[in-house]
Amino acid sequence: MLTGDAQKFYGLLFGIGFSTLLITQQMTIFVNLVERGASGVYNAPEAEVWVMDPVSRTTDVSYAMPGTALDRVRSVPGVEWAVPHLRAQANVRTKDGDLEGVAVIGVDDATLIGMPQRMATGDKSVLYAPDSVVIDDVGTTRLFSNGASAIGERLELNDQRAVIRGIADSIPSFTSTVVLYTRYSSALNFVPGTRNRLSFVLVGVSDGQTAQEVAARIEAETGLKAETREEFSQAGVDFIIENTGIPTNFGITVFLGFVVGIAIVGLTFSLFLRDNIKQFGALKAIGVTNAKIVQMVGAQAGMVGTIGYALGVIGTVAFIKGFSANPFFKGFYIPWQIPLISLLAVVIILAITGLIAIRSVLKTEPASVFR
Amino acid sequence: MQTTATEAGTPEAAICARNITRDFEAGQTTIRVLHGIDTEIRSGEMTYVVGESGSGKTTLISIMCGILWPTEGEVKVFGTDIYKLSDTELVKFRLQNIGFIFQQYNLIPSIDVAANAAVPLIAQGMPREEARERAKVLLDKLNIGNQADKLPRQLSGGQQQRVAIARALVHEPRLVVCDEPTAALDASSGRRVMDLLREVAVAPDRACIIVTHDNRIFDLADRIIVLEDGRITHDGKEMPDDH
Ligand SMILES: Nc1ncnc2c1ncn2[C@@H]1O[C@H](COP(=O)(O)OP(=O)(O)OP(=O)(O)O)[C@@H](O)[C@H]1O
Ligand SMILES: [Mg+2]
Repeated sequence: MLTGDAQKFYGLLFGIGFSTLLITQQMTIFVNLVERGASGVYNAPEAEVWVMDPVSRTTDVSYAMPGTALDRVRSVPGVEWAVPHLRAQANVRTKDGDLEGVAVIGVDDATLIGMPQRMATGDKSVLYAPDSVVIDDVGTTRLFSNGASAIGERLELNDQRAVIRGIADSIPSFTSTVVLYTRYSSALNFVPGTRNRLSFVLVGVSDGQTAQEVAARIEAETGLKAETREEFSQAGVDFIIENTGIPTNFGITVFLGFVVGIAIVGLTFSLFLRDNIKQFGALKAIGVTNAKIVQMVGAQAGMVGTIGYALGVIGTVAFIKGFSANPFFKGFYIPWQIPLISLLAVVIILAITGLIAIRSVLKTEPASVFR
Repeated sequence: MQTTATEAGTPEAAICARNITRDFEAGQTTIRVLHGIDTEIRSGEMTYVVGESGSGKTTLISIMCGILWPTEGEVKVFGTDIYKLSDTELVKFRLQNIGFIFQQYNLIPSIDVAANAAVPLIAQGMPREEARERAKVLLDKLNIGNQADKLPRQLSGGQQQRVAIARALVHEPRLVVCDEPTAALDASSGRRVMDLLREVAVAPDRACIIVTHDNRIFDLADRIIVLEDGRITHDGKEMPDDH
């Protein structure tokens, strides 16, 4: 019946598609954005346990430890290896004379543990060259917006000379800050400062040990804080959730998507049923039961809902794909739970609006058809 | 239905209405629209119910066909006291026994003509295709077989009303009820629709009640009941002279 009324059919399709798109797309961006709070952990895939000062909270909010911490960690049973990891802020002056805040990450001199898994350009070993830094790929677009190659470019890093010799393929941080990887020893030069400049100790655990056990042992024996990969990435996510307005903002948008869906769909549904009230009355007079009518309307709503939902999800996928070249959206994916949640939202929208709208049909007296 | 009006010679009562009254609440007051109607409708005949606007014609036939409860009185349709049935039984009774034709056709706009005509059969549970085929036979009889695959809005008013006739008859009901079937049509198509209706609807074992204002089609009636202010004032083969 609905399909006979093109205007309302498309109205419903639009309402549901729009809601689905808004809900799915906003939740996807939210989840991906919030997960960036854990990018520091994801970008150092070899580390199974992160050891830090007890007050440190995330990869970006940390308090330095004395250098002796490294040896204390190494002596804990179950620690296969432990390497120093430095994370600090610095300023670079670009060739154009602009000033840009960057994150400097010092990785282990010998093993280069602490680097992202993959390189976009060059090899990790370029870091062994003097003054060498590797920039992250999103950082390149930020520092070299004109599309020029970053390789071989010189930077003034806190008044020290640095040369970019490689580009890492890494997950951008929440703030999309430019990241420069360098060896721990040269990082100490780039980032002058206090005596303590050991932000983290990255630990690999021995065979037969779990990260949990080793982390607990490190905490017990050193008094430092030790978290597994999973714990520490969760801490990064939680930090973003607790300290930014993001959950509220996205929550409001998702809620609005839901409300707009209810409004458009509800209105169109009611109009449609009202326009056809005589026809429904005729069906009831003829002897079609209320149950059959509900079934009929339900089937139609289900069909419109399915198409609208599919369009909304396809729209979200197209959106994410369309923007995948944009550094802001790098690595964005749609967790499977999100389409399920928006499906639930669509079902609720249709159920609420459908029930309200169909009440008028069910209440219609068959006798009204002769009037 | 072996014994029919014509065969038996004694007209059998399809509808037996006893002492029907109907009140409507209008604000504080109650208006009595029907005052103790007593009548029988016979099979094999086309019975017209005529009268001024507001005289209670629609109210009366609504009660006779089981879609409006009388305030008082009893209606037997083919021997069944329909207002003693439960709601679901009554709905089922209508589906099996009664065909409806409305002034505004009330076809479903999104399904084609054949499907519209097949609605009662489909509602009775007949498979869709079989129901369509049955409906097409009837559409052919009504000279619109070639329109079967069109949507209702692609048809003229007269054609749409013929689809409605097909829908009213497709399940071979024993009672057909029409309220102002020609009111929305011009004179010539109204006449043609009524000629056709008379041709296909009237059968020995079927009763046919038509409410109408349209005096151009009075000649098609077997019997005319005149209603005035909720009372029957005339009942006969012809219209009374003063109308
Ligand atoms: N549901 C209702 N509520 C209140 N009053 C009603 C209702 N239905 C009918 N009436 C009143 O009952 C009276 C008879 O109405 P009815 O529709 O039976 O007349 P009618 O003879 O069919 O008129 P018309 O030729 O205009 O169709 C009218 O005064 C009408 O206002
Ligand atoms: Mg009327």
